Amino acid sequence: MTRVTGGAPLDSAHRASAPRTAHGSAPASLLRRILLQGQYETITMLRNGEQLILAIVLPLLAMVGLTVTPLLDGLGSSRINVAVPGILALCAMSTAFTGQGISTGFDRRYGVLRFLSTTPLGRTGLIAGKVLAVLAVLFLQVLIVTAVALLLGWQPNPAGWLPGLAILVLGAAAFTALGLLVAGTVRPEATLAITNLLWILLGALGGIVIPAERLPALAQAVVHFLPSGALGQALRDAFLSGSVNGAAVLVLLLWTAIAGGAATRWFKWN
Amino acid sequence: MVRSPESPVLTISGLVKDVGPLPTLDGKMLRVVSGLSLIAERGQVTALLGANGAGKTTTIECAQGLQKRTAGAISLLGQDPDSAGAGLRARVGVMLQDGGLPPSARPIPLLRHIAGMYQDPWPVDELIGRLGIDSFSRTSVRRLSGGQKQRLALAAALVGNPEVLFLDEPSAGLDPQSRQMVFDLISELRNSGMGIILTTHLMDDAQRLADYVYIIDAGRNVAEGTVAQLLRHQLPAGDASQHIRTLLFETEPGLDFTGVLPDGVDVTEARAGSYAATGALTPADLAAITAWWAARGIMPSSLSLEARSLEDVFLDISGREIR
Repeated sequence: MTRVTGGAPLDSAHRASAPRTAHGSAPASLLRRILLQGQYETITMLRNGEQLILAIVLPLLAMVGLTVTPLLDGLGSSRINVAVPGILALCAMSTAFTGQGISTGFDRRYGVLRFLSTTPLGRTGLIAGKVLAVLAVLFLQVLIVTAVALLLGWQPNPAGWLPGLAILVLGAAAFTALGLLVAGTVRPEATLAITNLLWILLGALGGIVIPAERLPALAQAVVHFLPSGALGQALRDAFLSGSVNGAAVLVLLLWTAIAGGAATRWFKWN
Repeated sequence: MVRSPESPVLTISGLVKDVGPLPTLDGKMLRVVSGLSLIAERGQVTALLGANGAGKTTTIECAQGLQKRTAGAISLLGQDPDSAGAGLRARVGVMLQDGGLPPSARPIPLLRHIAGMYQDPWPVDELIGRLGIDSFSRTSVRRLSGGQKQRLALAAALVGNPEVLFLDEPSAGLDPQSRQMVFDLISELRNSGMGIILTTHLMDDAQRLADYVYIIDAGRNVAEGTVAQLLRHQLPAGDASQHIRTLLFETEPGLDFTGVLPDGVDVTEARAGSYAATGALTPADLAAITAWWAARGIMPSSLSLEARSLEDVFLDISGREIR
């Protein structure tokens, strides 16, 4: 390389330093950073009109649709009792997979993930904040859906609330991992297409709102192994009979672990 | 590790960065940075100057921990950025080339949100006043002009009150007023002791801002020094081009200077009435041309004499081929 300093190389000792008055900050605590990011992402999600349609309006329409049509008749309980657990599962898929996936995909495109990972928040805090936002929005969805469902005559099994909510959170974890996997590996336009298309396909045929026994024979064979089918079935078992469907929970755990591992391995930050 | 006030904020030695495998290279890796070294001090602006694709952004992204290096050592405030935690990140401000701000966000809530990540942030109200962000505070990021986005990205990099500031192409998209505002702030921060590392492909940025310049080409150091040193020392002693000056002046169009200046001096009229006389000009040449004007009653509307610019140095070093 060309030295152009005309003599001894300039090292740090030869270069004047100004007196140091600039002082760096200390980071806020990890908990505070994650809570702040969770709050910020929650507000961003709730301000997004398209996302609200997917998260609230369409699930409510589906719920009403299932109670006024005979689609769920003859399944051992009233239409609304069979419908609501599936609608809650659909809410988890809307927020954790489609909504979160699309916003993460575009954040990646615009360099938001890279910028935030240079702040004290860091990559771990960023992901934790997203998970928190998914849980916060899901909580609001559960409140709204439950309120409307109770007005429509929903009678959940009281023993189903505890396992039901735990399974819902597990389902959200599986779908969050899947959403991150898609958002972190393909272009945001592709993420938009894939997550919306899967929302429709899994919503209609994935065993989420319509139980496996009402699906075509071909779909019946696979839905138990899909996160949608497992979540829908596990929530129906919880809220209809207060029982825990161990096989479905295992399927959800596997999806969470596999998608989470794949996302950790292949997620591209830029 | 004990930090002395004199320790550099950033030391990079022998940095190598390969990217790929790339399909365009038959699945081979591309070496973007090959053996680059630099030191950046507190209270100084250190510029990485080079053409697009020279490896400047890759180098500082390795220093920021955004890219993992292939080989070499990096010490940022005495720590390895690859294994750095929140403590180091809180002391370092980063302005990315693409901004990295969410398009739907509004400036002030966004800055307040980022400020919340620090214990002792720069007061947001003060920062938005300083960078003129109040004039567009109700506009979402996606509707901001390039210069407004750039100022907001600078504010986002500064809100943590960092000791070290990375600026990737800070004057991109800035109108002259914004540029002045940003440059004044950078100088002020430097004087307060912040260590500032910036990349630029604009000679003018380096010439106006930098205390120390590293010229980068094809992922390597090609030259370094203060701006004055680079301007003075690049050419070997005895190289005639050391004495090359350019006399720029504006007056009435269509003048013929044949016989006024010696043969080696080349006079061009780039625009009507705007002349540049380039060559090994002597005091006698200046006397001759002003006497010639005086005899004809010509008073130029502007007149300046320039020595080599950093751009000439850069072109001398990196070759004059078009990139």
